[in-house]
Amino acid sequence: MEHFALWLSAFLTLGILSFLYKDNPWYKLSEAVFVGISAGFWFVTLFWDNLVGKFWDGWQDEPMLWVGAVLGFLMLLRLVPRIGWISRWPLAFIVGATSGLWLMNYLASNIMVQVQATIQSLLSTSYASGYDAGWGAMINSLVIVVGTFTGLVYFYFSKEHKGAFGGAARVGIFFIMITFGASFGYTVMSRMSLLIGRIDFLLGDWLGLIN
Amino acid sequence: MRQLVPLTITFCVGTLLIVSVFIPPLGDLERTFTLWFDIIAVFAFFLGGGNLLRVHINKLRRRKTDWGFSIVTLAGFSTMLAAGLFKIGNPGDIATAVDAPGSMFYTIFDSVVVPLGSTMYSLLAFFVASASYRAFRAKNREATLLLVAAFIILLGRTPFGLMLTEWVPDSFSLLQIPNLAIWIMNSPNLAGQRAIMIGIGLGVISMSLRLILGIERSYLGGDNA
Repeated sequence: MEHFALWLSAFLTLGILSFLYKDNPWYKLSEAVFVGISAGFWFVTLFWDNLVGKFWDGWQDEPMLWVGAVLGFLMLLRLVPRIGWISRWPLAFIVGATSGLWLMNYLASNIMVQVQATIQSLLSTSYASGYDAGWGAMINSLVIVVGTFTGLVYFYFSKEHKGAFGGAARVGIFFIMITFGASFGYTVMSRMSLLIGRIDFLLGDWLGLIN
Repeated sequence: MRQLVPLTITFCVGTLLIVSVFIPPLGDLERTFTLWFDIIAVFAFFLGGGNLLRVHINKLRRRKTDWGFSIVTLAGFSTMLAAGLFKIGNPGDIATAVDAPGSMFYTIFDSVVVPLGSTMYSLLAFFVASASYRAFRAKNREATLLLVAAFIILLGRTPFGLMLTEWVPDSFSLLQIPNLAIWIMNSPNLAGQRAIMIGIGLGVISMSLRLILGIERSYLGGDNA
């Protein structure tokens, strides 16, 4: 079984890589296998983790979980055209819950925490450490404060980017370009490491050419 | 009725979750609503799985182009469902976790989903490289900055980058490419990321408010009856 699984992995890996040549039946076969098995994987995982693990094993202690199950059932009414509009109720719950949760979470993590981390003393490395920052740390702090502020100025489109405001926006776009470049380089390297992993699998685990 | 009930549900649920942050006795509401959310997600996935079956069965019945691959998709889906729902080949009894090592579900996941997932993502390395070769031109200052930052990050994470600037004395160690890459990631990149994150945060908050207050209604569909 282990041997078969190894050969199957290698066959499918090469099938996906064959797309680099052109779209072909081997790639389409591997893609179809991936779609079917991934859908089945998520279906089974959600069934055991959420429906059985969270609802079926927990409703005796928390009868309110039935509300979630009933809302979920209402979602299936989408399949009955005459009363399909009832499926908007669970959808409305999902939208409301996501909005309420995200509003507070993003306010805390994306705004308050980021602003707090940006407004730091130029002369100290932490709040309680006194005036201990060296030149390097001071320049870094200054770069971060200027970059964040001017980046935000660039994203403010309610005022025309002219004069001092336009100058700040221009500096902001320089920082944003560096960020995009860094993100691009980082993404390419992470994909490369995945590719190295697959080549390592093919040449090592499958063919045994490298240790 | 068809609009009022969902709009009321959205308003009440959203407002309750915001208020619960400031009222300690309501603190457990977030957990309860998250559990309901997770349970509804399973039913939504039932719809998604059903839709996958419908699309591929239709393709088979009408003998559309590449219908043969639909058989493979359906076979893969059914096999995974059978292996997972009936816990085929699970070591131990029925109470054992579905993804216990040695089970058929785990074996298929390990030999198909994991390798295919990482190979799909690794393919992007080629396409990103090819697209950037065609699109990246140092036409102006902004584009040049982007290119230089990307180049330094790429070089800084390879042994070649270290080799290129090994001769730079330690007193100027920031000019060694790996250190320069770290500095770019930790300072100018961090500043740009922060501006973007704060912008995203403000956008999410305004969109959430629009949804809770019923200004944004597109999720209800086009039927205004």
